[in-house]
Amino acid sequence: MSKPMNHEESVYDRTMFGFWVYLMTDLLMFAVLFAVYAVLNNSTAGGPTGRELFSPTAALTGTLLLLTSSFTCGLAMIAVRKGNKNQVLFWLTTTYIFGLAFLSLELIEFTKLIHEGHAPSSNAFMSSFFILVGTHGLHILIGLLWMVIIMAYVVSRGLTSNMMRKLALLSMYWHFLDIVWVFIFTIVYLRAFV
Amino acid sequence: MRELLVGNLTWESLPHEWSTIGGTLTFILLGIFAVIVITRMKRWKWLWNDWLTSVDPKKIGIMYFIVATFMLLRGGLDVIMIWLQQSLSAGTSHGFLSADHFQQIFTAHGNIMVFFVAMGFIFGLINFIVPLQIGARDLASPFLNTLGFWLYVAGVIMVNTFFLFGGKYAATGWLGIAPLSGTQFSPGVGVDYMIWALQISGIGTTLGAINFIVTILKMRAPGMKLRMMPLFTWGSLCSMVMAVTVFPLLTATLFLLFFDRYIGTHFFTTTLGGNAMMYTNLIWMWGHPEVYILMLPAFGIFSEVVSTYSRKSIASYWSAVFGMIGVSFFALSVWLHHFFTMGAGGDVNAFFGLMTMVIAIPTSVLVFNWIATMYRGRIKFSTPMLWFLGFVGTFAIGGMTGVMLAQPPADFQLHNSLFLVAHFHTMVIGGVIWGIFAGISYWFPKMTGFRLNERIGRYAFWCWLVGFWMAFGPLYVLGLMGATRRLDHYDNLNWQPFFVVALFGGILIAIAVGLQLVQIAASFIQKRQLADNTGDPWDGRSLEWSTPSPAPFYNFVNIPKVTSRDAFLQMKNQGIPKPVYKDITMPKTISLGIYIAGLAFLLGFGFIWEITWLIVVSAIGIVVCIVLRTFDEETEYIISAAELEKMEKARTQKLLARLRHDDTYKDEDMGLREFYKSVLTWSQDFVKNKRWKTF
Repeated sequence: MSKPMNHEESVYDRTMFGFWVYLMTDLLMFAVLFAVYAVLNNSTAGGPTGRELFSPTAALTGTLLLLTSSFTCGLAMIAVRKGNKNQVLFWLTTTYIFGLAFLSLELIEFTKLIHEGHAPSSNAFMSSFFILVGTHGLHILIGLLWMVIIMAYVVSRGLTSNMMRKLALLSMYWHFLDIVWVFIFTIVYLRAFV
Repeated sequence: MRELLVGNLTWESLPHEWSTIGGTLTFILLGIFAVIVITRMKRWKWLWNDWLTSVDPKKIGIMYFIVATFMLLRGGLDVIMIWLQQSLSAGTSHGFLSADHFQQIFTAHGNIMVFFVAMGFIFGLINFIVPLQIGARDLASPFLNTLGFWLYVAGVIMVNTFFLFGGKYAATGWLGIAPLSGTQFSPGVGVDYMIWALQISGIGTTLGAINFIVTILKMRAPGMKLRMMPLFTWGSLCSMVMAVTVFPLLTATLFLLFFDRYIGTHFFTTTLGGNAMMYTNLIWMWGHPEVYILMLPAFGIFSEVVSTYSRKSIASYWSAVFGMIGVSFFALSVWLHHFFTMGAGGDVNAFFGLMTMVIAIPTSVLVFNWIATMYRGRIKFSTPMLWFLGFVGTFAIGGMTGVMLAQPPADFQLHNSLFLVAHFHTMVIGGVIWGIFAGISYWFPKMTGFRLNERIGRYAFWCWLVGFWMAFGPLYVLGLMGATRRLDHYDNLNWQPFFVVALFGGILIAIAVGLQLVQIAASFIQKRQLADNTGDPWDGRSLEWSTPSPAPFYNFVNIPKVTSRDAFLQMKNQGIPKPVYKDITMPKTISLGIYIAGLAFLLGFGFIWEITWLIVVSAIGIVVCIVLRTFDEETEYIISAAELEKMEKARTQKLLARLRHDDTYKDEDMGLREFYKSVLTWSQDFVKNKRWKTF
């Protein structure tokens, strides 16, 4: 058997494992939304299809923004490991800006669609599109909120072991959202154009 | 202006059917009574500090039991009304309930019994027993545990809120099958009450399940490998893994239904491309495993009970473990057998029919395992064992009718009939509910320090067993005669006698439940005689029996070291090590769980009645509470070795004093007559000596 962990290590171990399990439950929620999207994808009830509605450039830009934010989030975690508080704050701020840009782009897409009369209530396809992509967007929003709060605490408390654990959770969450987005990009946007 | 303040709430929506008003008055009076008693006894502070904000899984477990018991009575009253209506409403008579009200009642009955009774009791037992069995002092996250409990309570309140604020409950059946549950066919707030009650408590369940998985996998006593885990812990682990697998599905599905109703999306509607069959699929993908989520811990309880009362280890530990894992695996791939008639086609139906029959195999492995455990054991027929024996026979019949239903051609006949209703009640009552009763009477000494009255327990058991078959036997027959479920009226007078017998069966079950309450009260009266002074009243095998009864809040002075299955039995054979006092770390009490659950309730309430400001305020409140909690770093405190020793010594002294005193008691459980006498004496004393003044 490996050597027994002290209290702090075992709290870290448990928290990480528990958070993984949580992420899997969240992934299952997305699985439902993906399945629903797959079923309703052609149920446009005479309305326009995804090909006619989506803009590939916007989707690609969003994807690149989010992937970059994941990269900078990784850099922030390297800084955490080095214990460099200013670097952590710098990279988190960068991540935040990219995330915010992604979210704004999505909001612009949504408002544009709704303005043109393609609302969630237009048909089943639109419902499933808005709820799938919107749920991801809501997760991003929560992540951004979480990031601001955690940055405030890093400023006031410094990089204590507790804060490092919380930062590790945040970064897991952020990468997770990135992976979900890759699936959304593939299944929702790319599929519309093949 | 009014709409801004209270949304769609109006005076007209207040309850006006007499039975609903009765419920309203009962809830209000009970509430007032509780407030008066607590205030007069000056117990508010104690209630808040020692119970409501406690993070001790044992106390949370007991609170689960109390709430679930109330809900059992509430859901039981529903079913008496259902049976009464069905035995009256034949031919020209239309009974005492309107069709709409009848539908609300069976919907509420289903929701309450599954979510708030069975789940409540199961979570209570897991909370109480699992940490003790694996040798842990608390859970991986005490906060998530209290939050999960309070979200459950918020769900309980939500499901009963229509009594106080009006509107109606859903009339859609317990799963709210679409498109019936959409705004087109269910325009009122009923379905919204259901959505939010299930949503809030379902999220609590997911959080609780994550917590228990981490606890079981990461916090076992040193040396306890997975292959040494007691079977109740195994059952709980399987159950919780299933819960994290399917409860997110429920959450997502209910949100989709909510969006359909609230913002007019078209997931499950009949127009603009909506697909109602998808709802049926999604909800049963959760709904079928849910039954097994309840069943697996019950399997675990029966394994413990059989092994203890047969004085043998379980006949084949591995086949029990693999039986449970097998059940949980197959349970995830049978959901479609709930709607063979929907028209998925022969191949799909055949696959799911086969899977459903396959699930009988691991289940039978378990049953044979228990029977083999009894073989050549020195069996003691205590009440938990009686529950087990009642269960085995009942469950076998339920299982066989299940295999009948699993065959698509037969199912086309039996679908939606009372045969089906009888089948799943056989499984859920015979399996889950009796398992819970076995568990509660088995572990009662660990919870309170004294065992339950055996004599009245036996009466209750026999009333339950006979009552159950009297109530559900006729339903099997009626189902074969062609009676469909959920009938508020029927014309075929030949059915009526069967319904009347079923009603009497139901009354017998009600008597049984009454006897169980009497049993608990009688045990409290006799608690000196029934005291468990050793902490190990049944000559137990697993670690929960190695601590005193009732277990101290820190569970163990020293975390035991485990080297085998039946860890405590081995300790007893090798000699129990002397305690060594060391500092231990315990979690502090947390009140934020209550606040968050309260705000979640308000959030749901806001959505139900469309009160925008309430939604915004409570959503912000939830975020603030979570942030406060996450960044609170002073969540633990230390009990010093000296304090621990003092507490342990005080406990021993008290025990010794009691032992000296207890020689005078005769050792017999009181019967009903003595119970009646002692209640009478107590009430006379209460009235004569004006005892209420001391409150």
